[in-house]
Amino acid sequence: MSEVQKFKVTIDNIAVEVAPGTTILNAARMIGGDVTPPAMCYYSKLQDSGGKCRTCLVEVSKGSEKDPRPMPKLVASCRTTVMDGMEVKNITSDKVLDARKGVVEFLLMNHPLDCPVCDQAGECDLQDLSYEHGTEKTRYEFDRRTFEKEDIGPYIQLHMTRCILCFRCVYTADQLTNKRQHGILDRGEHSEISTYLSKSLDNEFIGNVIDVCPVGALTDKTFRFKNRVWFTKAVDAHRDCPTCSGKVRLWMRGEEVFRVTARKDQWGEVEEWICNDCRFHKKETKDWVIEGPTKIRRSSVMSQNHYINEVVPQPELINDVIGKNPKLLFDIHSESDVNRPDVDLSKIEGPAHSNDFKKNKPE
Amino acid sequence: MEQLTNRAQAVNRSPMTFSERIYLPAIFKGLTITLGHIFKKKATYNYPEVKRPFSPTFRGLHVLNRDEEGRERCTACGLCALACPAEAITMEAAERKPGEENLYREEKYAAKYEINMLRCIFCGFCEEACPKDAIYMSETVMPANYTRESFIYKKEDLLIPHPKKQENA
Repeated sequence: MSEVQKFKVTIDNIAVEVAPGTTILNAARMIGGDVTPPAMCYYSKLQDSGGKCRTCLVEVSKGSEKDPRPMPKLVASCRTTVMDGMEVKNITSDKVLDARKGVVEFLLMNHPLDCPVCDQAGECDLQDLSYEHGTEKTRYEFDRRTFEKEDIGPYIQLHMTRCILCFRCVYTADQLTNKRQHGILDRGEHSEISTYLSKSLDNEFIGNVIDVCPVGALTDKTFRFKNRVWFTKAVDAHRDCPTCSGKVRLWMRGEEVFRVTARKDQWGEVEEWICNDCRFHKKETKDWVIEGPTKIRRSSVMSQNHYINEVVPQPELINDVIGKNPKLLFDIHSESDVNRPDVDLSKIEGPAHSNDFKKNKPE
Repeated sequence: MEQLTNRAQAVNRSPMTFSERIYLPAIFKGLTITLGHIFKKKATYNYPEVKRPFSPTFRGLHVLNRDEEGRERCTACGLCALACPAEAITMEAAERKPGEENLYREEKYAAKYEINMLRCIFCGFCEEACPKDAIYMSETVMPANYTRESFIYKKEDLLIPHPKKQENA
């Protein structure tokens, strides 16, 4: 071999050549498709992440060319680097699928079943994972763990009961900002994400913990309960931002910008971090240059009920019999209380409350 | 033309016989059928005095359910609206404030919930999609009306009566 030596690794009978030091997970991602193990805690943009959730477990049936013995236990593919001639089994191994099913059951053990309330529903990694690998029934008979509700600032909503302790947000805060204000307190089952001495998080890039969170533990408070993600339409947009790249994804409904997130790649990872100003304060269409609708997998719930074709103006219909335009008999806004033109939900700070709807209808 | 089946029959165009030409046998045959129906069981019901029994799978007017304590079950999760093929259901969610715990079951609730009965096709997908047992289709037929406005059913029109307030009344 020349100066760059490549390791040959076979994953589910598909061979790929990767650089030494690559993890099995990243090698599988180079192949792509079904052979890629799912990952709940590993995040390629965050150093030292991974090794906590155990969903990426794979079977190594041949250690390397020099030492062909199989590894005795299933290994976490996000933390195990490849060896030359390694053979890995992911979806072709019953052992892996069985173990993954168990891991999903463990993750769901303390996870509340509040997807109808949760804002992450529809784009939740745990939802996808349990749908693919989990069982519908739980065998857990005890009460799920609960926490005292904690307010961690005006922009981010923390739901500790939903947390799966992946540590992604901790690494994000550690590596993106120079002063981390939150971390994990206590140990084992009692461990929880919290801010030390209830300090609120006010860093320019702290909003990224929302995108990084694989479940609904950290959600956008400015979007809280405003709409379900699948009723909003994803649009790629950018703006000239002095602090970040300004490349974002807008979640719109009509002309209203309901939510701003970073763009995510095919592994659900953020492409470029965005700042809090872009995320929380730029909720107007005129703030952004819209590039076009985001490409979303057809199988995703997010692509439901969205009509991407351009609206072509129809020629005016003149009725042949009566010789005039058809009359609009009923304007829905005259009767309906939903989507009232005088109530802009996207402009309300935080979630809507009962008093936000009490304004009198102008007629 | 090539025939698709062999069931086609040639029309009999031969001249009518005498009995066919006087038409009387055919008229009497028809009258006997008509008279015979007088003695058969009636297929119609005298609505509204007599109501036709509903089938157990009948899908009528929607109701929004409450739990035993009279709190609204709906959390505005949007699954009914997502499942709705006619896009008849719309809603707006809000967060429950402290002190409203006796009104709403979960921390999120539907502040506005509307079904456009002009669009609804009564397929029952909303009932099937609901994870909170909140929406049900009752055994009531959709009442007719003169104005379009009266077909926009709001949350107050759909909610079942409060169980405790009903006892006191």
